[in-house]
Amino acid sequence: MTKNLNLWVIPLLPLIGAAINGLLGRRFKNAMVSAVALLFTAASFGWAAWAVWSVWPGSGVALPHIEVLTTWITAGTFSAPFGFQLDQLSMIMVLVVTGVGFLIHIYSVGYMAHEGGYYRFFAFLNLFMFFMLTLVLANNYLLMFVGWEGVGLASYLLIGFFFLKDSAADAGKKAFIVNRIGDFAFLIGMFLLIQHFGTLTFAGDTGVFAQVAKLPQDTGWGWITITALCLMFGATGKSAQVPLYVWLPDAMEGPTPVSALIHAATMVTAGIYMIARSHAIFNLAPHALQIVAIIGCITAIFAATMGLAQTDIKRVLAYSTVSQLGYMFLACGVAAYSAGIFHLMTHAFFKALLFLGAGSVIHAVGGEQDMRRMGGLRKLIPVTFWVVTIATIAIAGIPPFAGFFSKDEILGAVFHSPYGGPVIWGIGVLTAGLTSFYMFRLWFMTFFGELKLGSVDLGEEAHTAHAPAQAAHGAASHSHGHADDKSHGHGGVHESPWVMLGPLVILAVLSFVGGWVGVPQFMGGHNEVEHFLAPVMQSAPAVAGEAVSDKDATTSHAGEATPENTREEWLLAGTSIAAALIGLLFAYLFYYKSPELPDRITSKMHGIYMMVLHKYYVDEGYGAIFVKPLLALSTVVLWRGVDQGVIDRLVNGAGTASQGVGNELRQMQSGNIRSYAAWVALGGAAIVAYMIWLGVTR
Amino acid sequence: MVPLSWYLILSGILFSLGVLGFLLKRNIITIFMSIELMLNAVNLSFVAFANYWNTHPVADKSIVPLSGQVFVFFVMVVAAAEAAVGLAIIISVFRTRETLNVDRVNLLKL
Repeated sequence: MTKNLNLWVIPLLPLIGAAINGLLGRRFKNAMVSAVALLFTAASFGWAAWAVWSVWPGSGVALPHIEVLTTWITAGTFSAPFGFQLDQLSMIMVLVVTGVGFLIHIYSVGYMAHEGGYYRFFAFLNLFMFFMLTLVLANNYLLMFVGWEGVGLASYLLIGFFFLKDSAADAGKKAFIVNRIGDFAFLIGMFLLIQHFGTLTFAGDTGVFAQVAKLPQDTGWGWITITALCLMFGATGKSAQVPLYVWLPDAMEGPTPVSALIHAATMVTAGIYMIARSHAIFNLAPHALQIVAIIGCITAIFAATMGLAQTDIKRVLAYSTVSQLGYMFLACGVAAYSAGIFHLMTHAFFKALLFLGAGSVIHAVGGEQDMRRMGGLRKLIPVTFWVVTIATIAIAGIPPFAGFFSKDEILGAVFHSPYGGPVIWGIGVLTAGLTSFYMFRLWFMTFFGELKLGSVDLGEEAHTAHAPAQAAHGAASHSHGHADDKSHGHGGVHESPWVMLGPLVILAVLSFVGGWVGVPQFMGGHNEVEHFLAPVMQSAPAVAGEAVSDKDATTSHAGEATPENTREEWLLAGTSIAAALIGLLFAYLFYYKSPELPDRITSKMHGIYMMVLHKYYVDEGYGAIFVKPLLALSTVVLWRGVDQGVIDRLVNGAGTASQGVGNELRQMQSGNIRSYAAWVALGGAAIVAYMIWLGVTR
Repeated sequence: MVPLSWYLILSGILFSLGVLGFLLKRNIITIFMSIELMLNAVNLSFVAFANYWNTHPVADKSIVPLSGQVFVFFVMVVAAAEAAVGLAIIISVFRTRETLNVDRVNLLKL
């Protein structure tokens, strides 16, 4: 049974909102702008929910449900349709994107109320929704790429929203350029697919995945592995993995709702989604899977350690996002795609909540972002405190909150997979401990102790605490003044309005219960997420080694009901809980019980501390290795050499040459009629001579 | 019978004289006469060809023997019209500038 769900309406609605607000919003009142933005986002969410409901397994609609509107591009035998696809994977994505996106839209109404460019903000936000929905609903790589580039554009626009501030504009450019590097690899990967399959469509008998399924496994470094690696490199850009993660921490220059929506909940998960979508390709390329797993693992631990020393509340969350994305990558690398998507979903809830909560905190303290100036906010902003607490527990991986189940699922899969193993699992658990530590560090520093607004002299280290984003961009933002203003005009620390707290509460509930859809079997659950996604991920990971080949790789970590397995699973889960609790304990000791301890430790290990504080000098390293040589090359060779030396000289030479020729030819036009006549006579004579010559030679 | 080539050679000589006169003379009247000379040189070759094809009929239908004669009348009409207009111009030039030297009639030159 097929049904026409008009899937194209889902992305189109936010686009209409963006068009209305972008073109006419300047004349609208703020209330009108938010009404338009919210209406179209809500409609999109509603339509998506209805569509998902209509095709829900058991409704009799065949999945994947594909609706091709028209042929988009035809070139020779290659043709790309303009079509949308709804299957279990895109169902989750589309609901997360529209649902969380809608909540963040509501939140933004309160958060951005006093900012300039209100209509512009919502237009961009809606535009982002349009592209993100195109990305997740596309039924072929090319259309997906449109969304992929589009979210990059929206991200650029929103990071640089406070464009009068240099650091924000630079961060936007950095994000865009770093993403372009990944996109280039993605393009190469698509070209390889076109070359070998002649199509980019996902499903169907002639689709990429059906054709891939017929191929033998590529155990060497054949073109499948190369294709997979290209796709993976594209994903590292979008999903902020090593080596292209550098843009994400800087992206915190954008307004906080943007960080929540784009750089935590949705856009950065596009890479994970893409890999999960391409799982058929990755499953054939064990080397590529191994590399994905290693990159995810490195990113997770690397970003977690960088998060330890950050003092800007949003930067801590940024590094935590990179680290959690590393987990998802790791899950994909061990072919546990559904675990990755599960973590993607729970992460979307609690990380959006954390960012919005942080935004609420920043709002409360009048634009301050440095945690060293915060403290004791627990009593002052109780609702924010409680929702952030829930999110912190969720991300730390303490049951029964959402983060625990998804993280445990990933770690369990890592432990059993031939691409993972105990070492990578150990790093994963260590990362979980670190995550717990820095998240509770944030929690203690922000909500406990005493409020130190403006009273702490941060000395020369103040440069790491980025000046409040809103301060520099004009007088329009009174409520977000710099801490030095002490925000007296705003009545001191205050709880955010309910338009901001409402979404927080909903997200808090989701962060709490969101994990329960994936309770593993050994705990008495049914792991619905995995079963739900199973039809999409049905091509079982072809395992190269023998280690797991006797077990069914897809179900081994979900735990068959044997007592041995169950005990092992409990042990693994227990370890990660223990790691989380240890992290909590250390954070308690360092930042609550004896706050002078961290200083003593950092002064002892000054070298390491400085290295972590400066993010391992990665930005500086990239600057020295890539940016400076590129600039030098561009200046000397491309600018002075090619541009000025060759192109300019050619252009100027053409000008000079025609001037010279014209100068000579000018002599013919003497104005003397008889000389003109002489020329005419000469021409006639020449023609006659030519004709005589023709007659003679014939 | 005079061969065709003689007429053509005479026509060529007359035409060349016309060209040379046009180029070398400075008096507008003389130049005008040179133009007439060229036109009539051409007329001569027209009638010569017409006569030739009339006396040497060929199967080629595209050659109509008397068309040359007809063309000569066209040329004469044009030449007469031109003479009328040209002489009017010359008279008016002479009235304003009191010279017939073309080198001095150069107001349009930059």
